[in-house]
Amino acid sequence: MKIKTVRQLEEMGQLYAGALKKQSQKVLICAGTGCVAGGSIEIYQKIKQIVDKSGLLASVELAEEKEGIGVKRSGCHGFCEMGPLVRIEPQGYLYINVKPQDCEEVVQTTLIEGKPVERLMYSWEGKVYPTQEEILFYKKQTRLVLENCGHMDAESIQEYIAKSGYKALAGALQTMEPDEICKIVSDSNLRGRGGGGFPTGRKWSQVLAQKSKIKYVVCNGDEGDPGAFMDRSIMEGDPHRMIEGMIIAGYATGASEGYVYVRAEYPLAVERLNTAVEQAREYGLLGRDILGSGFDFDVFINQGAGAFVCGEGSALTASIEGKRGMPRVRPPRTTEAGLWGRPTVLNNVETFANVSLIIQNGSEWYKSMGPEKSPGTKAFAITGNVNNTGLIEVPMGTTLREVIFEIGGGIRDGNGFKAVQIGGPSGACLTEEHLDLPLDFDSLKKVGAMIGSGGLVVMDEETCMVEVARFFMNFTQNESCGKCVPCREGTRRMQEILERIVEGKGMVKDLDLLYDIADTVSSASLCGLGKTAGNPVVSTLKYFKDEYLAHVVDKRCPAGSCQALKIITIDQDLCKGCSKCARACPVDAVKGKVRQPYRINQDQCIKCGACIEACPFSAIKEV
Amino acid sequence: MKKGTMIIDGYKIAYEGEKNILEVVRKAGIELPTFCYHSELSIYGACRMCIVEDQWGGTIASCSTPPKDGMVIYTNTPKIQKHRCMILELLLSNHHRDCTVCEKNGKCKLQDLAVRFGIKGIRFSAMPDNQELDDSSASIVRNPNKCIMCGDCIRMCEEVQGVGVLGLAYRGSKIKVTSAFNRQLAQVQCVNCGQCTAVCPTGALHVKNETKKVWDVLSNKNKRVVAQIAPALRIALGEEFGLEPGEIVTGKIVAAMRKLGFDEIYDTGIAADLTVMEETKEFTEKFKEGGTFPLFTSCCPAWVRYAEHKYPELLCNISSCRSPQQMFGAVIKEHYRNTREIDGRDTVMVSIMPCTAKKFEASRPELEVHGERDVDIVITTQELAFMIKEAGIVFNELEAESMDMPFGLASGAGLIFGVTGGVAEAVLRRCYKQKTAKTLKEIIFTGVRGMEGIKEAEIDLEGRSMRVAVVHGLNNAQKIVKLIKSGEKQYDFVEVMACPGGCIGGAGQPIPASAGTKKLRAKGIYEVDRTSQIKRSEENPMIMALYNGILQNKRHLLHVSRECHACKKE
Repeated sequence: MKIKTVRQLEEMGQLYAGALKKQSQKVLICAGTGCVAGGSIEIYQKIKQIVDKSGLLASVELAEEKEGIGVKRSGCHGFCEMGPLVRIEPQGYLYINVKPQDCEEVVQTTLIEGKPVERLMYSWEGKVYPTQEEILFYKKQTRLVLENCGHMDAESIQEYIAKSGYKALAGALQTMEPDEICKIVSDSNLRGRGGGGFPTGRKWSQVLAQKSKIKYVVCNGDEGDPGAFMDRSIMEGDPHRMIEGMIIAGYATGASEGYVYVRAEYPLAVERLNTAVEQAREYGLLGRDILGSGFDFDVFINQGAGAFVCGEGSALTASIEGKRGMPRVRPPRTTEAGLWGRPTVLNNVETFANVSLIIQNGSEWYKSMGPEKSPGTKAFAITGNVNNTGLIEVPMGTTLREVIFEIGGGIRDGNGFKAVQIGGPSGACLTEEHLDLPLDFDSLKKVGAMIGSGGLVVMDEETCMVEVARFFMNFTQNESCGKCVPCREGTRRMQEILERIVEGKGMVKDLDLLYDIADTVSSASLCGLGKTAGNPVVSTLKYFKDEYLAHVVDKRCPAGSCQALKIITIDQDLCKGCSKCARACPVDAVKGKVRQPYRINQDQCIKCGACIEACPFSAIKEV
Repeated sequence: MKKGTMIIDGYKIAYEGEKNILEVVRKAGIELPTFCYHSELSIYGACRMCIVEDQWGGTIASCSTPPKDGMVIYTNTPKIQKHRCMILELLLSNHHRDCTVCEKNGKCKLQDLAVRFGIKGIRFSAMPDNQELDDSSASIVRNPNKCIMCGDCIRMCEEVQGVGVLGLAYRGSKIKVTSAFNRQLAQVQCVNCGQCTAVCPTGALHVKNETKKVWDVLSNKNKRVVAQIAPALRIALGEEFGLEPGEIVTGKIVAAMRKLGFDEIYDTGIAADLTVMEETKEFTEKFKEGGTFPLFTSCCPAWVRYAEHKYPELLCNISSCRSPQQMFGAVIKEHYRNTREIDGRDTVMVSIMPCTAKKFEASRPELEVHGERDVDIVITTQELAFMIKEAGIVFNELEAESMDMPFGLASGAGLIFGVTGGVAEAVLRRCYKQKTAKTLKEIIFTGVRGMEGIKEAEIDLEGRSMRVAVVHGLNNAQKIVKLIKSGEKQYDFVEVMACPGGCIGGAGQPIPASAGTKKLRAKGIYEVDRTSQIKRSEENPMIMALYNGILQNKRHLLHVSRECHACKKE
């Protein structure tokens, strides 16, 4: 069914909104990747089945104004730590850790009797939080881009239209000229959410100014930072918002084709995007003469083959073209010669998802949030040793402390905070002293970090910072495209040195060598991946030098996490000489005679801990 | 054209049309180090050796940054020095450093730069050099343990030669240059042009060295070692001994080879004259009697191989003539056939070529006559230089000597085969009815000379227009074939040389050969022609002697049958 005019779109919006209102209750079962892995699809099917059996199920098709209970698979609710999550509207109840056996009760008690199931509700320090909005994790957030994620059926264009979806596009097509849109976006100071923070409006204006007849819009959905899943959640939970942003970008810059480059490791996102694109085509929101404006635009989905470096603009376009995903030298910039050598707007998922908000609410509204030069909100994926892991969205300028200790609920197991890694393999490790640092592009840059795509990995005292650096260097080395020498060879040598250090074979001079390599790698590399590859090493060297020194000088890991540096000893007073440890040892490192205290030969010991488990007297300890 | 002034190390340097800072810096007399920059290839920006510092302390790659008016850069700051040394150290740490026994010893850019930047130690552990050597090809040896991933070979193969058998595989430090499915070079559509070896900065790709085979036959009393020297050698071999490109050293080469022990030394140019005779005959017969056009030349074995792979349907359009090397071999072998009983010696035909594909060509079974190869051993210009150096011959002090007779006399037409456009020009000289000095000049101005990738000429041949195209670089061949196939262009005669510049730019020639070097070599070749008394192939008295002698009733020795797909089916 094609929507041919703006007026028709408005009418349908009203119709669908009306139909949604008629759904007396809505059950939103999180169908983001995390909760799906936790079994949420089974929960969805079960609830749907039970509701259907009671004859209360509402139709998915909003055009049929049937009253009843809407049972929906939504996008990510964000509170992944507590998944699978089920939200009930209009009450706003959020049920956590829901299991298939809870479904019957949820339907009976809440949906039929209208009462909460308290045992499924989130509680913190003895207090039960019945509604989602009251939970501290949500309370401190400002969900704009993620507004619909978890609050609507992720696979329904009708619900998106009911929630004013494609209204921004209609407004843009009807009342604005391309240069006006570029100006609004420029004025809003929206900056690319993919890591670089380049002003989006400026990029669009540059593409608009190009004379080429053929131009492209490319959406970078190749989110690859370890622990980051903001873009995935948007693509899975609210794909139309991103597509709408792309269409507006196409209109604003004179492009008529868009490509979404999405990781093949995001099968659910690929599926939802394909569904969304098909729906948009069916509704005439993609294709020829969109909403009667004469503007043509279509979107194609391209799957990446799993290379992290394809998140880099020129490698990404090369990959779409079927070439090896390898960054190329600039100039020319992507805005001049990107995909197939044509001027190309390349933004990431979250950036495009911001566009409709700016078009609808204006640049002044957008600038009212966060610092002037870096306004708006930012989605972060918060993971690591924090109580509440998940997907969050906060205004730019929110401090790390608020994010980690209020939204994130502080450090897990009552441990102390040690560091937070921000920006993925390109980012840096920040410490206690940075907790009051506002999260925005410029403040982070000042301390040698970057917002990256928005991954936040929180680390407690038991995390070894040398190991963290080694982990990221291993990642970068494996993901380097191998083209330029500093990145290809430099990251490998840094990785080698870091491996040596965590194995207790490092030397003091290795630390200087690390600095030297990192300096060359970041100064001389070809692309952003290499230029930032040294950040995890340099930042940990800077803020945790003592820890490095402990590894290389004392051959000791202060966090007690480096396996090779552990020493396992037998307390000679507690040992009864039962020989169980000696029998458990896989390498015969435990020596001694029965009924006399045993000893461990440290040269032979592989620190596996088998003896510790075998000892009935708790005489064996790790130091 | 963009103009302006840059400030390089405090000096004002004007630029005009230079595409990148690197070119401007070089103009300023500073040789920035690079591995992956070649003006004839696309800009790759991978080695990062050409980095310079801007006025704000930033590091920029000069190869990929366009100059800007008023731009201030420094080429040799402590920071830049440090980075360059680190890059070199990193490269060297992952390089099989058996330099003293390396084929490129003394000609290796990595070695040069390590010396220049005074790299005295490497702080990293050596990498295992356990990747298999690929010596499957008749012409090229690939040693992945010496590869520094500059990508020059890949871009040369793809961009200039349109062949594209090399590519990158894997990521990070596991990256490697390889052929599809890790196949060996002999198993892929490599045309053996060897241009990859000419741009490879290290010993990762080099020409297969067959000098040992030559030494063996030279010291064997039972062998008559007959040599043929290709036209392009005489203006390039001197470079190996510090002489200018284009300097004619024919006499010195002959003298050196006599000292090395070659029994007879002849000029491939005479076989080129034979080629002119045969090819012109083939062409004019076709031209008169009708047939499929164009007629492509067949002198270049890399082109023939390329056509076999890529355009098998065009094989009937390629001249049936053997290449001059093979014609020469066939004639010599015929000349000395059955002489074993007389002097107890076997004849070994050694050709000295600017070309690596000739090694492959000589080994082709379909070119054998009576089960015997036309040419037994092919060595390149560089390999001959190795031999001269090894023997300790002071090349520059040699007195010139002349070639042996009867096969040591070539016309100017036969000798210009060594440069792009030469075959076409020689054929035109034969085609022109009027044999005057004026017509020679006329031919020069038809447009067959010069270094443009695709040249066109049109001449009047007995009232009919003969349309000639001349291409060099296989990518240009690909372009022209496409134009011909689409019907956009019609030609009667097309000369194709695989190497840029023709044989003077062959991969067997001294390397590196810049565009400037090639120009000087071309100039040298034309000088050889200018100073030769015989300008036209048919005027070479030896040619007539051959036709009336050895080749009487044996002209088939000069040809090979080529069948396209369609013919084979029939």
